[in-house]
Amino acid sequence: MKVFFTAALTIDLDKETWECAGCGHELGSARDNYKKGLLVRDREPSEIHAPILDAERYDFTFAPDGDWCRILEYCCPECGRLAEVEYLPPGHPPAHDIDLDIDALKTQWAAREPLSEPALGPEFVAPTHSH
Amino acid sequence: MGDDMDITGAASGAVDAFLSETNLYLAPDPVIMNNHGLEPRTAYEDECIAKESDPVRLEIVRERILAGVNESFEMLENMGAAPGAKWGDCVSAVYTESGDLSLASSGGVVIFCNLVQYPIKFIRKYWSKDKTVGIREGDVFIVNDARYGQAHNTDQSMMMPVFHEGKIVAWAGATVHEGENGAIEPGGMPSLAEQIWDEGLKMSPFKVAENYTLRRDLVTFLQNSVREPKLQYADMKVKMYVCRRIETRIHEAIAEYGVEAVVAALRMNLEDTDAEVRRRLKEWPDGTVRHSWWTDGTLRENVQIKINLELTKKGDELTFDYRGSSPEFTNRSNNSLDITVKGMLAQLFLTFIWPDIPRNQGVLAPVNFIFDNPSVLKPGFGTPSAQSMMTVFTAWSAGQVATMKFLYSNPHKYTRVLAPWFNMINTFLFGGLTQHGEMVGNVCADINGMGGGALADRDGEHGCAPIFATMSDIGEQEFIEEEVPFIQIVSKKMMKDNQGFGRQRGGMGYQMVLAMRDSDAFGFMLTAMGAKFPNIPGLFGGYGCPTYPLARIRGVNVFEILKKDPASFRYSIEELMNERPFPDAQYSTHPMTLGYTLAQRGELYMIAQGTGGGFGDPLERAPADVMRDMDEGLISDDVAWRIYRVVYNKETLHVDEDATAKARDEARRERIAKSKPFDAFCKEWVKDKPSGKVPYFGSWDDKTMVHAGDPDKLHPAGQVVPPVVMAHPLQVKIDKLEAELAECRKSGKR
Repeated sequence: MKVFFTAALTIDLDKETWECAGCGHELGSARDNYKKGLLVRDREPSEIHAPILDAERYDFTFAPDGDWCRILEYCCPECGRLAEVEYLPPGHPPAHDIDLDIDALKTQWAAREPLSEPALGPEFVAPTHSH
Repeated sequence: MGDDMDITGAASGAVDAFLSETNLYLAPDPVIMNNHGLEPRTAYEDECIAKESDPVRLEIVRERILAGVNESFEMLENMGAAPGAKWGDCVSAVYTESGDLSLASSGGVVIFCNLVQYPIKFIRKYWSKDKTVGIREGDVFIVNDARYGQAHNTDQSMMMPVFHEGKIVAWAGATVHEGENGAIEPGGMPSLAEQIWDEGLKMSPFKVAENYTLRRDLVTFLQNSVREPKLQYADMKVKMYVCRRIETRIHEAIAEYGVEAVVAALRMNLEDTDAEVRRRLKEWPDGTVRHSWWTDGTLRENVQIKINLELTKKGDELTFDYRGSSPEFTNRSNNSLDITVKGMLAQLFLTFIWPDIPRNQGVLAPVNFIFDNPSVLKPGFGTPSAQSMMTVFTAWSAGQVATMKFLYSNPHKYTRVLAPWFNMINTFLFGGLTQHGEMVGNVCADINGMGGGALADRDGEHGCAPIFATMSDIGEQEFIEEEVPFIQIVSKKMMKDNQGFGRQRGGMGYQMVLAMRDSDAFGFMLTAMGAKFPNIPGLFGGYGCPTYPLARIRGVNVFEILKKDPASFRYSIEELMNERPFPDAQYSTHPMTLGYTLAQRGELYMIAQGTGGGFGDPLERAPADVMRDMDEGLISDDVAWRIYRVVYNKETLHVDEDATAKARDEARRERIAKSKPFDAFCKEWVKDKPSGKVPYFGSWDDKTMVHAGDPDKLHPAGQVVPPVVMAHPLQVKIDKLEAELAECRKSGKR
């Protein structure tokens, strides 16, 4: 059974593995950090959030300061889908952000119907105008 | 002597009574302040529930009272004099006899009323038995000191006991972000506050009205302590009459359904909410989600401040563990009380996760919190916290990211997963003499224009609402300009490329270009983080917001320019700052942390509201959506190519689908080629301490140890000795200049 855990990551409960939600590439044990199965790239933040004001003239330009902030991009080694983006001070250890009790997850899903796609939640219905 | 001092039985009671009666100072009571959960059922509540337990009937009573509360909220918004009241930065609510928040108005700020439980409990515990105070029908109490239970000292709450046949059966409460409170800077949120005594009014809960009549001696004292005496009086009257309306509606409900039904409905509303939240939490996966974020300043200087969160869900309970966050700053105002963090997280659940749950404090009953004590999220009693938003909003956003990672896989949701909402108060505070000759001090309604986060299948909404009041307003600019002596020459205009990129993009922030016009003494201040480190991330491959500066143009009077040469004016921050259309003016950018500064007529102050986070990989954004953003002027050609990799005709915006698909494939291959496996990357990337280029506060890789500015020195969390005391920024500047001067003299330069 597959659990759509994030928009980019699926858990195969039978194999207890993380998978890329885009291509199905296996990313390692679901009991471990999914990031270990991904590729990582350190980006200078102004490569993403480019200066809007002239960086030659101004200290503050709408671009983050590279001495304060770096952007780590995690992608699937197979299809290149961006799975996670992490903003960190330079050199700060990346987070083991999703750390699950897989046994509890299996018990929980044993009582549930498998899903064929992620459940997005209720559709927003705008209230009718009363004036 | 030890054994001789053991006192038991009646003697023990006498000692307790003696100590209680001779207490020299009734500070906030830790027994009250450390309990965010529900009070135990009272014997009377048990009695009422035994008589009235039909859930359908109790629901009818609940809706009846809620209608009254909502009516009172309308009164508050329509009659309130403070700008905050006019835009929905206020709330009204009903509390149980024990003081628990049972029913908040459907609109308004949940955190405000969540925190009013504490002063009500203080009043019950201390003033009810005190012969000099007492609680009688028609009494009204007031509070603004956050340490007794408010989000921050700029808010004022009034509370009224609701009696039935001589006995208190409930409490009514009303809160408004009043703004001005007599602090060291106008507007109620002083970033210059170095001591709690710089924060202005310090109203512990006290009785301000008897027999439904405000005591003019006390009102005059309060008016005498703030810059807006008329506002102070007007809104005290408004809040009191809002409480009276709630009281009337409760009395009517009692007359129709009986007092037992009303008391049972208020209590069961809490218990049912607690039970339903526990049921919903069981649907979440068990485990821990970790998320850290950093703010980049204290509002006086740029330093890196960590907010560290481990959110653990097990069974039907949730634990927010914020240990490892920064130490407290003992002479800065950016510390947040723990009750403020808890109250804001109630808002997260009641508006962003379970908007169908009744708005009461039962939602937090299954939630535990752990903080280092003291720390930036649980400061000491004498530490300023007037600008608590600078850390509490970051703590809140960390909670938003972490809960969304728990929620996405749930087959049954009550609302949709959302990338982080923008979270910082990118708005101007103002103060001085108006064009009508009145002294004012307050905040612009643009505080409510935060960009919404993107959803899995929908872009975020532009300039939508603040994280603390999802049903609020950004006000009519022309209406505001009738009251204050400045205008927004560029107002509510989206800022190009100020976007949280993603498969679905965040709702964008608009730009504000202000100039003061009609006053001899009027100024502005700014109190926002995020000029060096962005305020929020994206979600699941989406990016966060950029950073935000203050841009200024001085040495110019744009009103004269608009009169003589209007064509030279530019209507965006980007054009004004990059094209520099006024030859003799001075152009500069700064962090968005301006201390109160008197403005000159016609000089420009410019900022942008923030964008919500993006959701998913930007390379998967539909090219048609990218072109729609192009067509609406939301993004540039640079972003359309550099971030979204869309190939199109720049004149017609016609997309070349094949070339776009090819360019995106190439971009993915480039990603893979330039990236490394995680473990190999970490070997190179991870350092054992902060770089030292930036003063760093908080844990690094071990949450039990924290830095206090020095990369080479660690302290046990909660035990930073000596405590953090920041130097005065002007002294830092003087020391630097004096060192340079000494160096010049040494080398013979004069």
